[in-house]
Amino acid sequence: MEIDLSKRILDRNERLAEENRRLFEEKGVFVVDLMASPGAGKTSTILATIAALRDRYRIAVIEGDIASKVDAEKIKEHGIPAVQINTGGACHLESDMIQRAVSALDLEEIDLLIVENVGNLVCPTEFYLGEDAKVMILSVPEGHDKPYKYPAIFEIAEAVILNKYDTVGMFDFDEEEFRSVVRRLNHRAPVFAMSATKGDGVGAWAEWLALRIEDSKTSSSEE
Amino acid sequence: MHEMGICQGILDASLDAAKAEGATRIKEIRISVGELTEVVEYALQFAFEALTPGTLAEGSVLLVNHIPAKSRCLQCGAEYEHDRFDSTCPSCGNPFSENIAGRELLIDSLEIDTGDEAPEDGE
Ligand SMILES: Nc1nc2c(ncn2[C@@H]2O[C@H](COP(=O)(O)OP(=O)(O)OP(=O)(O)O)[C@@H](O)[C@H]2O)c(=O)[nH]1
Ligand SMILES: [Mg+2]
Ligand SMILES: [Zn+2]
Ligand SMILES: [Zn+2]
Repeated sequence: MEIDLSKRILDRNERLAEENRRLFEEKGVFVVDLMASPGAGKTSTILATIAALRDRYRIAVIEGDIASKVDAEKIKEHGIPAVQINTGGACHLESDMIQRAVSALDLEEIDLLIVENVGNLVCPTEFYLGEDAKVMILSVPEGHDKPYKYPAIFEIAEAVILNKYDTVGMFDFDEEEFRSVVRRLNHRAPVFAMSATKGDGVGAWAEWLALRIEDSKTSSSEE
Repeated sequence: MHEMGICQGILDASLDAAKAEGATRIKEIRISVGELTEVVEYALQFAFEALTPGTLAEGSVLLVNHIPAKSRCLQCGAEYEHDRFDSTCPSCGNPFSENIAGRELLIDSLEIDTGDEAPEDGE
């Protein structure tokens, strides 16, 4: 006998993500999920974004790592609320982990919530967390051919940060080739070349993010 | 990478549905996986073999239907299947399109035995 199921495999994750989405909308919190390889500069990008936008927005951070609290501690040193999620081996964040982390934050006091996903170019693409935007960071030393090997993350990102741009002369990074593959995979995503630790190029990324935050405010007040 | 978790999700949903129908055994689980996902069939099958023993799905087949990438041209509206790295419209040459298929991760259906069916193979 045949049973018709027609069910999303990640149904549970998606239902919880939609609950997160409703909560974020109700509280007026803009959520960005940062995805990248280990060491590409996610935490550095978060710190640079905090420096650029803390006068305009109340910011909080969720740090996802397999183990340790070091990234959350780095954020807290700057007087920004941060919650560490340890996935205990899991290679990506899921919406139930976000739900638990969010319960430790006062969403009424937050305009922008930045999520650092687990360092991984594969899994985070499959898991909607209830965020407003997924953003992908590639660092120059990883090489310009990464979009050929990990296309999905470039396809779903709403913006791509090309980090460690200060090292572009040291590596054989073909920027033109990189930009053209990213454009073929995803013509909507802008590419921001920047150096998170030195600050060059951070302004353009921060302005893009601020614009997205303002857009989401106007579209929710129109509803 | 997380095929074990995805496979557990497939199995849990299938076992729930099969039990609700009074199944004595699951014979086949049919799923659809879009070519734009990062799910690797080999890893899924490996996880399936590891997770099914001792369940109603022991010895069953995981049948994977691969769904090709498909886009709609933003200029002329043509719909076409394409290679992941080149979604240029074959009708008008416009490189800008929106994706309409290839991201699926779905459990489509199950084939089960219920106790009241005539045994087929004398088990
Ligand atoms: N030269 C240079 N180094 C950078 C830049 N951004 C980050 N780094 C360095 O790269 C290393 C990793 O940076 P993190 O920000 O910790 O990277 P991450 O992606 O958060 O790393 P994990 O959380 O461990 O996956 C650190 O030593 C940073 O100082 C940059 O723009 N230029
Ligand atoms: Mg980090
Ligand atoms: Zn994973
Ligand atoms: Zn066309």
